Amino acid sequence: MLDTELRTMIDDVKDGRMDRRAFIQRMIGFGLTAPMATQILAVGGVAMAEGPSPYKPAKRGGGGPLKLLWWQGPTLLNPHFATGTKDQDASRIFYEPLASWDVDGNLNPILAAEIPSIQNGGLAADAKSVTWKLKPGVKWHDGKPFTADDVVFNWEYATDPATAAVSIGTYGDATVEKIDDLTVRVLFKVPTPFWANAFVGAYGCLIPKHLFADYKGGKSRESPNNLKPVGTGPYKFVEFKPGDLIRGEINSDYHIPNRPHFDTIELKGGGDAVSAARAIIQTGEYDYAWNMQVEDEVLLRLEKGGKGKTIYAVGGDIEFIAVNSTDPNTEVDGERSSMKTKHPLLSDPAVRKALALLVDRNAIQKVIYGRAGRTTANYLNGPAPFVSKNTAWEFSVEKASKLLDDAGWKPGADGVREKDGKKLKLLYQTSINGPRQKTQAIVKQACQKAGIDVELKSVVASVFFSSDVANPDTYAHFYADLEMFQIPMTQPDPVLLMRRYHSRYVATKENKWQGSNFPRWVNKDYDAAIDAAETEVDPVKRAELYVKCNDLMWQHGVMIPVMHRIKVGASANALRPVMSGWANDLDNLQDWYREATG
Amino acid sequence: MGQYVLRRLLIAIPSLLGISLVLFTVLALAPGDPFGDLATNPNVPPEVALALRAKFGLDDPIYLRYLHWLVAMAQGDWGFSFASRANVDTLILQRLPTTLYVIGSAQLLALSIAIPVGVFAATRPYSIFDQIANTLAFIGFSLPTFFTGLLFILVFSVKLDWLPFVYSTDIKGTGIHWVLEQIRQAIMPVMVLGLFQAASMTRFVRSAMLDVIRLDYVTTARAKGLGQATVIVKHVMRNAMIPVVTLIALQIPAVFGGAIVTEQIFRIPGIGSLLISSILSNDTPVVMAVTFVFACLVVFFNLIADVLYGWLDPRISLR
Repeated sequence: MLDTELRTMIDDVKDGRMDRRAFIQRMIGFGLTAPMATQILAVGGVAMAEGPSPYKPAKRGGGGPLKLLWWQGPTLLNPHFATGTKDQDASRIFYEPLASWDVDGNLNPILAAEIPSIQNGGLAADAKSVTWKLKPGVKWHDGKPFTADDVVFNWEYATDPATAAVSIGTYGDATVEKIDDLTVRVLFKVPTPFWANAFVGAYGCLIPKHLFADYKGGKSRESPNNLKPVGTGPYKFVEFKPGDLIRGEINSDYHIPNRPHFDTIELKGGGDAVSAARAIIQTGEYDYAWNMQVEDEVLLRLEKGGKGKTIYAVGGDIEFIAVNSTDPNTEVDGERSSMKTKHPLLSDPAVRKALALLVDRNAIQKVIYGRAGRTTANYLNGPAPFVSKNTAWEFSVEKASKLLDDAGWKPGADGVREKDGKKLKLLYQTSINGPRQKTQAIVKQACQKAGIDVELKSVVASVFFSSDVANPDTYAHFYADLEMFQIPMTQPDPVLLMRRYHSRYVATKENKWQGSNFPRWVNKDYDAAIDAAETEVDPVKRAELYVKCNDLMWQHGVMIPVMHRIKVGASANALRPVMSGWANDLDNLQDWYREATG
Repeated sequence: MGQYVLRRLLIAIPSLLGISLVLFTVLALAPGDPFGDLATNPNVPPEVALALRAKFGLDDPIYLRYLHWLVAMAQGDWGFSFASRANVDTLILQRLPTTLYVIGSAQLLALSIAIPVGVFAATRPYSIFDQIANTLAFIGFSLPTFFTGLLFILVFSVKLDWLPFVYSTDIKGTGIHWVLEQIRQAIMPVMVLGLFQAASMTRFVRSAMLDVIRLDYVTTARAKGLGQATVIVKHVMRNAMIPVVTLIALQIPAVFGGAIVTEQIFRIPGIGSLLISSILSNDTPVVMAVTFVFACLVVFFNLIADVLYGWLDPRISLR
């Protein structure tokens, strides 16, 4: 094989253009063994964290302290109340779910004895129930045994509206029953091909019945254990200062052999992302930091001769520009962007197509996201079976101009195109966030060249993402023509991500803008495909349906995908964190270890 | 005197009520809510955030929310934080020691630099010492703390690797080692804040001293044959300190309020960082409590300053 080709491929992997996995497969195709391919990458300077590294330590403990730095301080330790990732991570140190998502997006049993499947009888053929077998002999940190009663209790706790649990969405559609002390069954009203939501991942963490039973419902806030967790996790609780510090110590009774590796754990919160990167990569004061939303240029500079490195995990988080289907400038019954209106400019497919041609994804990746982004034409970017190969993006001001010319949008005296007396002027809003403002500027520039006048608007994140019914600046009100933000994919299945745009969920004044379909897109084919996919048991057909949904969104220009965002963490050189694009950073904490330095 | 203090305290009650009303209204009118993180999470249906808003009373009319708050506050219930669902007083008490230690040390440092330097510079105006002190003071208060903070981090942590730049409330070890570590990690933030304060305070002390030092009674004191030290300390300083005391008294509530920027840079878990993170996440009960306590302290220390005037200058009588 040609040396140069190999080098380009290694560079591709480095820049995140190619998956490590894909690289290794390609190498195997050339007759190399997998470990050898990995070696090539290591020699090429690609961080190894993405591959599933086997757990090396042969005994429990002895790893010293693990020091984590989160630039947002966790404020609570009850997984059912966790509003943000920071709180989910903090709870996850002490609490565990039945299973978590591993690096490749597969289920990894934690408190479950095995992952339910058709073969082991865990999954019903009609996809209407799941039977979980629990691991025997698991103990809570206070020595009480973990049983099926605890699992059922968590469902009761979360679904009681008076508890005000955030996890109610995860458990709401299911019923949970105890079969015996170590078996529970989750029943669904309708066939649910994606059954691994309840009791899995961040909102699947289980709290002990014997400590929380008295605090279900209205008294949920009063439980002393909200701030003093007693879980089953690899580390036992020592101290918690909300917004500042969490300390834990090794759970010597942990239910997985030889784990955990570290003797103590500390999670410090607060500050900003850049100095967090500095504390890991440059001074080595801390071992790991999360969510490095730092310009790649800065990270590259820090990494030169540093004590740590950045690591990446590919998931399905998508940064996109949503295109409004309704008219934000006309008020109908006290509501702008009403379903009774049509957008005067954006209802023209040529305008939508032109806009999709005017997003210079290469420039955005190069200038802003660097290794933390991949260009994409898809709204749905993973897992692999769900990713459409029918789309392709292009950046071309000429083609966009031609499209608009052909559709009758002629440049006026001021250079802005117009048709039937309507000027091609658009309001483009997003939340205040460095990379987003830069992206806005890049898009605006291209639009100007093509004769579209774009006005930019930025809203403080706490307002933009709030559920404040009275505030017109939230993303759900969408009182603008275009808006940009990111929707994360919290599990390796498209069901929740794609369901949002079913016409049944349009956000309107009537439902207090609670509907998740904020572009207010209505398409019969899309609705039908979603409805079919949600109960489709055949995985291949189901994947095809979601690919179709993605393609429909692309063809109709509902969403203009900007960047497939990749998770970035900063890790000390010797640390071996397990990071998955499909889970939170600490979801596989039990498998973290530090390589002995000789 | 006793009557005066009592009257002032009684006057403070309506003004504090007024302050709380204004604070509460402004916070209630501010847009946004603490559940922003939920919005884009596909796992959490929008109804959840709406139910939480209703449960925490965010959808009630403002006057009702204010009355609830006032009644609870009168009974010593500060409410609970939306972000951590923990009681607000616990959160504040948890952070108070750190703030008092770091900001308090910074104020002490500022005073211990500003008073001697200011006094000495004033006794020899336009001398070399005065010129240098002035120049440094100008530089000192022209450089914002976020700049000096980062500069210190780059020099002392990154380049020289002498000091840690992440403040830890969890220092291991006991006895002398613990004390040394506490001092070591506080050096940079205390320096940054203290030098900034010292710079402006030096200018203030100097000009207060200069105003007094030229007065006739000082010349008289000198003519009596009193030594320079006695004249400066007993005659000039005592009078010059009146405006300085006001300044210091008004600075003391700031010790409680913390220093938002510096605390953020060095990750000091003090009141300032609690305030800013609560503001950013729209955690109104916490913001309300911190700002209100701050207002109380300002009112209280104003009173103390007034009482001190009487002691410093017997001509001022308190009625």
